[in-house]
Amino acid sequence: MSVAVEQAVRPRDRSERIERIARTALPIAIGVVSIVIWDLVVRLNDLPHYILPAPGLVAKSLWNDWGTLYPALLVTLRITFLALAVAVIGGVGLAILFAQSKWIEISFFPYAVILQVTPIIAVAPLILIYVENTHIALLICAWIVAFFPILSNTTLGLNSADHNLINLFQLYGATRWQVLRYLRIPSAMPYFLGGLRIAGGLSLIGSVVAEFTAGSAGQGSGLAFRILEAGYRLNIPRMFAALILISATGIVIFLFFTAVSHLILRKWHESAVRREN
Amino acid sequence: MLQDATARPLVRLSHVDKLFGNGTLALKDMNLDVGEHEFVSLLGPSGCGKSTALRLVAGLGEATAGTIEWPSRAGGKGLRDIGFVFQEPTLMPWATVFDNVYLPLRLQLVARGKAADEVAAVLAKVGLTGFEGAYPRELSGGMKMRVSIARALVTKPRLLLMDEPFAALDEITRFKLNNDLLELWRSQSWTVIFVTHSVYESVYLSNRIAVMAARPGRVVADLRIGAPYPRDDEFRTSTVYNDYCRQVSRSLGEAMRA
Repeated sequence: MSVAVEQAVRPRDRSERIERIARTALPIAIGVVSIVIWDLVVRLNDLPHYILPAPGLVAKSLWNDWGTLYPALLVTLRITFLALAVAVIGGVGLAILFAQSKWIEISFFPYAVILQVTPIIAVAPLILIYVENTHIALLICAWIVAFFPILSNTTLGLNSADHNLINLFQLYGATRWQVLRYLRIPSAMPYFLGGLRIAGGLSLIGSVVAEFTAGSAGQGSGLAFRILEAGYRLNIPRMFAALILISATGIVIFLFFTAVSHLILRKWHESAVRREN
Repeated sequence: MLQDATARPLVRLSHVDKLFGNGTLALKDMNLDVGEHEFVSLLGPSGCGKSTALRLVAGLGEATAGTIEWPSRAGGKGLRDIGFVFQEPTLMPWATVFDNVYLPLRLQLVARGKAADEVAAVLAKVGLTGFEGAYPRELSGGMKMRVSIARALVTKPRLLLMDEPFAALDEITRFKLNNDLLELWRSQSWTVIFVTHSVYESVYLSNRIAVMAARPGRVVADLRIGAPYPRDDEFRTSTVYNDYCRQVSRSLGEAMRA
């Protein structure tokens, strides 16, 4: 019996281990191959560095220009996270308000949609005109982009509480607050966390786009400005370096919220529960 | 026939109609008295309004016409004294077994520490001691239903409403839960209204069966199951049981032709 089980289990164990290794190894391999091809293209065609810099040069630029890029990264990060925080507070607050009354939702939801579908790049110049403080203007732009997924997902989540459970709460004479606290908010959690993952990336995009539009110079300039500046000076390696930093930031934000989501949901939600079949 | 029950019913439905917004007449002139300590089954084909009747008794929705009274209650309201078990376990997936069972007490603002003993006691009653920290997804269908029953019992209700609670379970689990439910009912002082579409289940459990007809839903026969308790698996194979089943089946057949 035990022998049979071992034999049955082992190949599966092995295939699982192979898959686990492949999960990290394959993307890394693809990345390495791409970089090598990139390098070869630059070398074989003898491309000048102001058209396409070789990966080594980009890495060197990232190292040498760290003194310029790092403060810019911090500026971009600050706007991104402030915007995200305000988006979470605003989106969740508004969603809870919507959940209280259908009439409020009917009245305001279309405007939330309008805010979302109007391209931020088209609105940003106006916001920069009306809001004197550039920093706050950037924040508003990033917030507009980030808050909609949180609002719409949380609204959906708050409304998707199990109907029989709502009946049960009714049966025990639960107050509106109790229904919200013990039923609607926990039901909305997976939806909210899904929205948060999207909003994290969007707030970065929002802040970069707004910064491009603002083109603000001097102190307190973020990565987008450094890209513009490097472009004017034909310092293409630095453009790439800044771009890599933005990408890396986006990836880290995504991974961070994926981990947060997993930690919160791992006990009960299908999306986070590992199942053996 | 049911002198003791009709003398002082716990709940009385008189000429109850229920018309849904979509035009469905779910109940028409439904009359039913349920006495204290009775185990009454509402038996009927699907769509006969038995679940609707149960929800009206629970106060989930208003009757379109007619009255639902609580003659034995001062003030006539008995809402907080009701436990409800749905067809699905209807547990909160994000909460542990303890928190699911604690819910009704929490909603009535009983502190967690104060509720702990009662939750433990009721979990012991349904045979789930030791599972306080488990999440619903870790439990089998039968265990989930036990949690659901524990949750309904934790407030010590006088009336337990059950809406086809075991319909989705396999037969072995169902028989076991049938026995456990009877045991609990006999040792406590509650009244049960049990909705089912199974003749065999209703005969096994109840001391009274209200047979309902569909379109519109109404009670067409009121049968007493006089077999004494305790009833166990031996009862399931007895002649008495079979006779009752035959009688109830015949009555149900008539109801479906009506």
